[in-house]
Amino acid sequence: MSVNETISSAAEQREASVPVQDVAVEKKREDMPVQEGKTVGLPYADDPKFKLRNVEVFYGDDRAIKDISLDIARNEVISFIGPSGCGKSTFLRCLNRMNDSIDICRVKGQLMLDDEDIYHSKRDVVELRARVGMVFQKPNPFPKSIYDNVAYGPRIHGLANRKSDLDEIVENSLRKAGLWDEVKDRLDATATGMSGGQQQRLCIARAIAVSPEVILMDEPCSALDPIATAKVEELISEMSESYTIVIVTHSMQQAARVSHRTAYFHLGHLVEVNETSKVFTSPEHELTESYITGRFG
Amino acid sequence: MTDQRSQAEIVRQSLKRRYRKERRFRLYGIVAIFIALASLFILFADIIGKGHTGFVKTTITLDVTLDSETMYLDDPTDQDQIAMADFVAPIIAALQDHFPDAEGRAARRELGRLVGSYAASDIRDLIEANPDLLNTTQTMEFLAHDTVSVYVKHADDPSYSIRLSEQQQAWVDELLEKDVIDTSFNDVLFSRGDSREPGNAGILGAIVGSLFTMLVTLAISFPVGIAAAIYLEEFAPQNKITDFIEVNINNLAAVPSIIFGLLGLAVFIGLFGMPRSVPVVGGLVLALMTLPTIIISSRAAIKSVPPSIREAAEGIGASKMQVVLHHVVPLAMPGMLTGSIIGMAQALGETAPLLLIGMVAFIVDVPDGFFSSATVLPVQIYLWASSSEQGFVELASAGIMVLLAFMISMNALAIWLRKRLERRW
Repeated sequence: MSVNETISSAAEQREASVPVQDVAVEKKREDMPVQEGKTVGLPYADDPKFKLRNVEVFYGDDRAIKDISLDIARNEVISFIGPSGCGKSTFLRCLNRMNDSIDICRVKGQLMLDDEDIYHSKRDVVELRARVGMVFQKPNPFPKSIYDNVAYGPRIHGLANRKSDLDEIVENSLRKAGLWDEVKDRLDATATGMSGGQQQRLCIARAIAVSPEVILMDEPCSALDPIATAKVEELISEMSESYTIVIVTHSMQQAARVSHRTAYFHLGHLVEVNETSKVFTSPEHELTESYITGRFG
Repeated sequence: MTDQRSQAEIVRQSLKRRYRKERRFRLYGIVAIFIALASLFILFADIIGKGHTGFVKTTITLDVTLDSETMYLDDPTDQDQIAMADFVAPIIAALQDHFPDAEGRAARRELGRLVGSYAASDIRDLIEANPDLLNTTQTMEFLAHDTVSVYVKHADDPSYSIRLSEQQQAWVDELLEKDVIDTSFNDVLFSRGDSREPGNAGILGAIVGSLFTMLVTLAISFPVGIAAAIYLEEFAPQNKITDFIEVNINNLAAVPSIIFGLLGLAVFIGLFGMPRSVPVVGGLVLALMTLPTIIISSRAAIKSVPPSIREAAEGIGASKMQVVLHHVVPLAMPGMLTGSIIGMAQALGETAPLLLIGMVAFIVDVPDGFFSSATVLPVQIYLWASSSEQGFVELASAGIMVLLAFMISMNALAIWLRKRLERRW
């Protein structure tokens, strides 16, 4: 609890101080030592789900991700934190190739999912995304019924041959997302009429309906109120038993609450990865400490 | 403190100025809208004022004795006799029943000019169809001659010249009193093709011609335009070639329509040897003209689909094709339809390119297919407006009203569709 409290006060300070200190922060960042390709803490794991080595991402000539190596273990919840523009979302989107649709984006390095190359030229993106699902920052349900939202994935992948199978998948997914009791009587209602928190949980249900192995979450709670956030976080904790979850978050309390490990990104570098409790109580790197204590954001 | 007070004073004064500016700005807007509405009102008032009489026809109802002697016709089944017979005589005889004083060749001729020139063929058609009616008396309704019609409708209007003799005017006045000459709704206008005589001219041929032409235009420009928009927006790589294509599509939208007419003349008629003045060629030309409009509006509609929906579908593992067909196109459809309908409304009102491919010909028959000679609404209006007969002036205005009615209903359909299909996210 004490960890959370420190973090929360740190975060408040951070938010309050950001606009005033902008110029000073820029200067300080340059002064701080970041060694390329060097990550302190525990970046590697045995028998990892994702094995990422020397990953670099370019937007045109701009190097957004600079030589990052990281393992993501099976059934772990790992959160990516860091100031805006540090590349954590970009890095996350490499894991299921969501960056493909950006023409100027190029990815270099070795990215392996279960020892298969994610960026292999013959790799089928559709199959990859069926295994690595994604939940986005803003709840983005399709403007269709609740049922159709969840059933869409199984339908296009042909996971259910009969209507009853599909019904079962929809019900299970909604149950797992903790939404079943709220919507079971109005599965035909349009999804866009639900509250923001319900929409986001529907998006999670939609992601797990295709039974992925990994779920990527890009700031899943940033558009939600605290109660909805608490529900989603609870859900993440429950899901960690059966899925590997990678979550990008701006809220350090959230990272502290839900994740096993936390990775701190800074200007395209992966500065520190460690067990969450360690990152927030005794960070090894100076930059991590500055960030979590709110000296810059 | 004093410093602060003076600042507040400055702000208050500038506020007054700002509000004054705002009021003036609002006034400009109101004046602009008023000018637009006023010109629209004047346009409508003028057209309706001139054209409402076009929806009225003048008829003469007579008890015609189909006497074989007056017609010089013994055997109605004999084609030679039919060709030689005098079908005007029974009409004149019937009119003479009303005016026993009218004797002599001159008076008979003047009486005969009260009815339209198609009256005789009305009788011939009747007798040819029913030979038994020979030597019976029938009550028949004839269209009045154009000059009578103008006199009945516009006797008080100085812009029309009355071409009836004093004697004829007296007859018409008397017949009007007896209700022999009557005015009623002009069903001829909506049931016949063009004619040399205003009373007999109808707009149906042009409406059907427009319909066939629009069907061809729609069948070509809608699928091609939407496919092009989807490809350019979703699949095409961003490079010099697509930039070049985009610039050219925008240019094409600004090309004067007569150029498309020349193109149609050179390519479809000259090169492919298609017939002139047929709806297919007209439709092809208008399709080319409508394409850029549809492509541009469809691309805008596709662009307005929020990227989050695309990401959501991609994130589940939908293929590009599935993302486009299941999500982007349905969400963009209202915008695409609106753009297409507005493009079609433009095409419906287009005249210049159709003049070049020969759809300006004088065509009496209502077209019965995509390859039969036809004319279209705006061209029909152009033909009537440039005609010298007085009766065509009001027909042109009536035609404009019909065309406007089509336009308004198409635009209303576009708005209704957008409201109906629009979804919020």
